[in-house]
Amino acid sequence: MDIRTFTVDSIRTGLRKREFSAVELTTEALRFAETENPKTNAYLRLSSERALAQAARVDALSARGEDAGALAGVPVAVKDVIVTKGLVTTCGSKMLETYMPPYDATAVERIEAAGGIILGKTNCDEFAMGSSNENSAYGPVRNPVALDRVPGGSSGGSAAVVAQGTAVLSIGSDTGGSVRQPASFCGVVGVCPTYGRVSRYGLVAFASSLDHIGPFARNVSDAATLLRVMAGRDERDATSAAAPVPDYTALLDGNVRGMKLGVPREYMQGVTSETLSQIEKAVERFRALGCEVREISLPSTGYAIDVYYVIATAEASSNLARYDGVRYGMRAEVKGGSLIDMYRATRGQGFGAEVKRRIMLGTYVLSHGYYDAYYLKAQKVRAMIAQDFTRAFEQVDAILAPVSPFPAFKLGEKVDDPMQMYLSDIFTITGSLAGIPCMSVPCGVTREGLPVGLQIMCKHFDEAPMFRIAHAFEAARAF
Amino acid sequence: MTQSQYEVVIGLEVHVQLGTRTKIFCSCPLEFGSPPNTNVCPVCLGLPGALPVLNQAAVELALKASAALGCRINPDSRFARKNYFYPDLPKGYQISQYDEPLAEHGTVRIAGKSVGITRVHMEDDAGKSIHDGFRDSDQYSYVDLNRSGAPLIEIVSDPDMRASDEAYAYVTELKQILQFVEVSDCDMEKGQLRCDANVSIRLWGAGEFGTKVEIKNLNSFRFLKMALDFEIGRQVALVESGGEVVQETRLYNAGTGETVSMRSKEHAHDYRYFPEPDLVPLRVGSAWHDRVTASLPELPAARRARFIEVYGLKEYDAQVLTASRALSDYFERAATVSGDPKTTANWVMGDLAGLLKPAGREISESPISAENLGELVKLINSGQLSGKLAKEIFPRMFEAGGTPADIMDREGLRQISDSGALEKIVEEIISTNAKQVEQYRGGKVSVLGFLVGQVMKASRGQANPAAVNEILKNKLM
Repeated sequence: MDIRTFTVDSIRTGLRKREFSAVELTTEALRFAETENPKTNAYLRLSSERALAQAARVDALSARGEDAGALAGVPVAVKDVIVTKGLVTTCGSKMLETYMPPYDATAVERIEAAGGIILGKTNCDEFAMGSSNENSAYGPVRNPVALDRVPGGSSGGSAAVVAQGTAVLSIGSDTGGSVRQPASFCGVVGVCPTYGRVSRYGLVAFASSLDHIGPFARNVSDAATLLRVMAGRDERDATSAAAPVPDYTALLDGNVRGMKLGVPREYMQGVTSETLSQIEKAVERFRALGCEVREISLPSTGYAIDVYYVIATAEASSNLARYDGVRYGMRAEVKGGSLIDMYRATRGQGFGAEVKRRIMLGTYVLSHGYYDAYYLKAQKVRAMIAQDFTRAFEQVDAILAPVSPFPAFKLGEKVDDPMQMYLSDIFTITGSLAGIPCMSVPCGVTREGLPVGLQIMCKHFDEAPMFRIAHAFEAARAF
Repeated sequence: MTQSQYEVVIGLEVHVQLGTRTKIFCSCPLEFGSPPNTNVCPVCLGLPGALPVLNQAAVELALKASAALGCRINPDSRFARKNYFYPDLPKGYQISQYDEPLAEHGTVRIAGKSVGITRVHMEDDAGKSIHDGFRDSDQYSYVDLNRSGAPLIEIVSDPDMRASDEAYAYVTELKQILQFVEVSDCDMEKGQLRCDANVSIRLWGAGEFGTKVEIKNLNSFRFLKMALDFEIGRQVALVESGGEVVQETRLYNAGTGETVSMRSKEHAHDYRYFPEPDLVPLRVGSAWHDRVTASLPELPAARRARFIEVYGLKEYDAQVLTASRALSDYFERAATVSGDPKTTANWVMGDLAGLLKPAGREISESPISAENLGELVKLINSGQLSGKLAKEIFPRMFEAGGTPADIMDREGLRQISDSGALEKIVEEIISTNAKQVEQYRGGKVSVLGFLVGQVMKASRGQANPAAVNEILKNKLM
């Protein structure tokens, strides 16, 4: 049994033909993860007990001839910013080193309800803040494709386990590119769905108006299946959408003939030549598939990073206020000190440098007298960026772009230069700000063998055509 | 100069807990007095990943309050985060409303003037910090989060009050209105109504307001008035001695009757308000708005006026009987049965109140139903029951419940108006009081009262006094 080759479909077939049971599959997946994980540090912990209990449930259902669900027996890894009942959830932070959530995130609940096996929790940048997974309090994750390189971030662990084959599927969170960018760095499929598509209940908040839960998979169909399982209205998240969720995989017919695709000229600048040539090859492939590809413009793109780092940090400064040492998580002991001393020591010791940087930035932009100049202005520009997309989607069905200006970089290469690090998200942030569905699909490798991801963006709730385009592209590449 | 040369300017911020069954952003129950930290869940504990979902019932009550206060309800309002650190604030921010509140521009009438309502907005309550009562209270404070997430409205008045009496009258009227529309019980002891005051002084005729001071920790309306009186005196004395009032927050100390500085303007919090991204804007469509407005009961001021006009009650009585909706409903039901509102009013305010108070019961818990009280008054008026007997029956109704007729039958207290039975008693009295009979016949008419008394006594108070009088007179002729 080679977990690395498994897909949702092959597991379904294997279970049906009784080639293996869910318990056998899970046991092997756990064993393989245990053995392989030291190479990448992608898992922070495995949830063997929970996984095996769930696998036994799946087997029992199957034995009774009942449908065990769309993800029956499929090993799924969960980013450690998504809470799991009775399973420590650290958010990659020292602050929550021993934090045990008393409830499951809606996404996790739905995965298990569909028969999925939660295999373990994956490493990530602290509170999902970072683009290289080097901001984890539990050490960086190594890219399974090239172990001296970063897997991207912040969902580096979730991308790595799928690439490494220590999970079949995983979920991550994407606030400014945190699913798409690591997917592109690790050569897997990663999806950031429409804002509101997947409930955020149980996703530890970084920037609430930008946070999305999204799937990782080794192929488009599996990613679509996982998204469908998680998607849909949740009464516990007021911002979750009631829009109907189509059966995405049923719509993967390979037919993209006549579709209009746009390539924004602003996204073809500042890109390494190898990435650029991969994207250009992808564009040619779509032409060959019968798509009409044209150059478009998203003129407000240049403001995206500035806008993002105002809004995201503002929200983060508020969202992370609850880690104060009073009720749960770390509390620094201060002998004879005041309440303020305890707050300072706890937050000083519990948070890493990047988190502190963003809290300070966010606190500043919301401060009295600065709100209008920063936060309010940023919201206005955010609306302009969204307007760019609205206009573009009047002309085209989807937008093609690079995910990242460059492929996976070396560990340590950018840690001392936050501005350079922030630039890795330049092409993913715009879609996040607009709240539109975007995904990364592998489109080739550099001469060194480093994966390059193609980004496909569609209008709100248009995941179905987005998957269809990605799927057709994936199939064409396989030839 | 003296205090009379200064004009006092007062504005109030009143927090009212809405009478919903559950909290504003989660479904935890709101029970007063539960063991600490038992009515809690991930949402009101502020656990990582938890999200707020707005309780529609809370919005409904907030709308009702806004409409009752004559506010304009904004079709679109928005929640905002108010950020500050405190151990009993589990999220590190309060979810409130800031630049787009639920309702604005209302009015409350108090004697002789209108007080403007600047705004009504919704927010969640914090938990409670407990600083004493524990063995290690010298080192630690404890936090109870049962109250965290309780639904509140904050009602901000315009700076329209000019004396502590007006502030007192305003909160009294406000409380009455909110109780009437059943938005809240407004029980201050349970923290369901809390009040902060802003007060400043200026020379009469001055165009601008003086520097205001905010006073917190006002746990009763009496303390509000006392704190304002102290603070006004303090500010006048300060200005009189050449000093200046500084903008600050002061705490009222009920023990000393003084206000003491808590924090200066420089140390005021920067709450870093911004729109709450976890909630969608609150939209109140015209249908919802109309439904709430239509559901409003008659408000206390209107009811008072009607009691005076329709029932002929005195202003004071109308005031007392509209103290709560339950009381005025009780009175009206009783008056309808009795057909005599004035006498009914006296019984409700006098005898009934006199029994309820020592029993520690509310009008809603009265063992005597409004209908039975009305029945009692009716029996008196129809002569079937003497006033004296009624006073005897009333406490028994209170103890045992039941209609007055039930009690009379059970206790054998039915009034004797039957002339045959009465004549027998009268004849007996005439024969045993020969001396007094002679005096009466000799022209000493006042002796009649004595004889009536004897008849009443012999009948154990059950004889109808008017009938006795009549029969006696006839027999003695």
